Amino acid sequence: MKRYSAWKLFTHALRGHKDWPEAWRAAEPKKHYDVVIVGGGGHGLATAYYLARNHGITNVAVLERGWIGGGNVGRNTTIVRSNYMIDGNTPFYEWSMKLWEGLSHDLNFNVMLSQRGHVMLAHSADQMQAHVRRANTMRAHGIDAEILSRDELRREVPDLDYSDEARFPIHGAIVQRRAGTARHDAVAWGYARAADRLGVDIIEHCEVTGFVEEGGRVTGVETTRGRIGAGAVGMAVAGHTSELARKAGLELPIESHVLQAFVTEGIKPLIDQVIVFGAGHFYISQSDKGGLVFGGDLDGYNSYAQRGNLPVVHNVAEIALAIAPHLSRLRLLRHWGGVMDMTMDGSPIIARTPLDRLYLNGGWCYGGFKATPASGWTFAHTIAHDAPHELNAPFTLDRFREGVQIDEGGSGPVPGHH
Amino acid sequence: MLRIPCPFCGERDHAEFSYGGDARVQRPALDDRSEERWYRYVFLRDNPRGPHREFWQHVGGCRAWLVVERDTGNHEILDVRFAADAMKEAQCE
Repeated sequence: MKRYSAWKLFTHALRGHKDWPEAWRAAEPKKHYDVVIVGGGGHGLATAYYLARNHGITNVAVLERGWIGGGNVGRNTTIVRSNYMIDGNTPFYEWSMKLWEGLSHDLNFNVMLSQRGHVMLAHSADQMQAHVRRANTMRAHGIDAEILSRDELRREVPDLDYSDEARFPIHGAIVQRRAGTARHDAVAWGYARAADRLGVDIIEHCEVTGFVEEGGRVTGVETTRGRIGAGAVGMAVAGHTSELARKAGLELPIESHVLQAFVTEGIKPLIDQVIVFGAGHFYISQSDKGGLVFGGDLDGYNSYAQRGNLPVVHNVAEIALAIAPHLSRLRLLRHWGGVMDMTMDGSPIIARTPLDRLYLNGGWCYGGFKATPASGWTFAHTIAHDAPHELNAPFTLDRFREGVQIDEGGSGPVPGHH
Repeated sequence: MLRIPCPFCGERDHAEFSYGGDARVQRPALDDRSEERWYRYVFLRDNPRGPHREFWQHVGGCRAWLVVERDTGNHEILDVRFAADAMKEAQCE
């Protein structure tokens, strides 16, 4: 597999781009692997890549029931950030942010990381204080954070409703300048290609239908393409974790919910940063193609259907107009839904399971995309060492039983409220 | 839009209703000291893809609590009854 480079681009351009090699092989499943990763989304592919790169474990298969890039890794709003405030989350997401910053070079694939800044608005004096507290926590962990007054914000982000008539007047904002967006498809393709180059088999259209167990230990998986033996099995199928884990007899503190996202028609540059509304749930950025990409809250009920309902569309549109009334004349090009693992505390699970050599990566709520690099990094470590990395040690399955939940939103054990 | 046929008010948009989660979890008796049973009640959910019995309250209507059976794979509503009746039936089962 050849490295991508400016020279390659030039020589291929001379030949009309007709002979680019495939980015990864269409591998046939072998009888046995050292590690089988179930789920070829961003997290599964990143895990396989870091197993090979960091731990020298290259006899690895990634089993994907659909195709690479067809799940949540291609269904998100592409935001990456590390402005978390709770022990456990703060260092984990910052490690992810650091990996993002070197990812294109590491993978030899341009993931188009755009550190355009992440601006979270405050709509009251009290919310400004809460943002200051968050900024201080972040800075104490070595993470960049700035507080902007209303006037400073207005100079940087002029196109919001700063009038006194605004439903939620803007008081200022907390800004993380290193945060921004990345090209979501490129993350999947980049990890897949890089993992393939290190020897990982990526097997698409291969659904896991059951687990093979011997004496409390998992020794393989049953799939639609036959039985595949495995020294260890990692599950990375967020959205559908409950359904897969049930096949291994696990009961989980997870509900699946649908989250919608939206893209408008393309327009000239209007929104330079990621802007987040502070008095409700709404986040917006502009893609390189010019479309405004945004989303809001969960629909609020259990769902595996990858589509949502009109009340949330209505609510999201109302919020958009509350902060930027000039958006009212834009037309929506597309809107879609993705299925989220919502955990009981709003934080993920990257951990061993009660079954020996079966590992769980899931419960990403709607924060999975930004976590992709660190999730793969720490999950690979957990599988390779049969013990967690210090960064994912708090994300256990037992934390609910033990009363050490990581509840960033302070919402309590109601999955739909996180 | 989900349309929920409220047994009292008739079929209404689900925006009139508030979601109350999985109706199959049973709260242990208040003097139950089993940590395991409380843990299961507070945290564990079946989360099936397919028929799911769940609470909805008709807050924009008669305010009754309902138990709705709904397919989480396609949002089809399969059955609706008053929660009080459904709970009595569940205890008899």
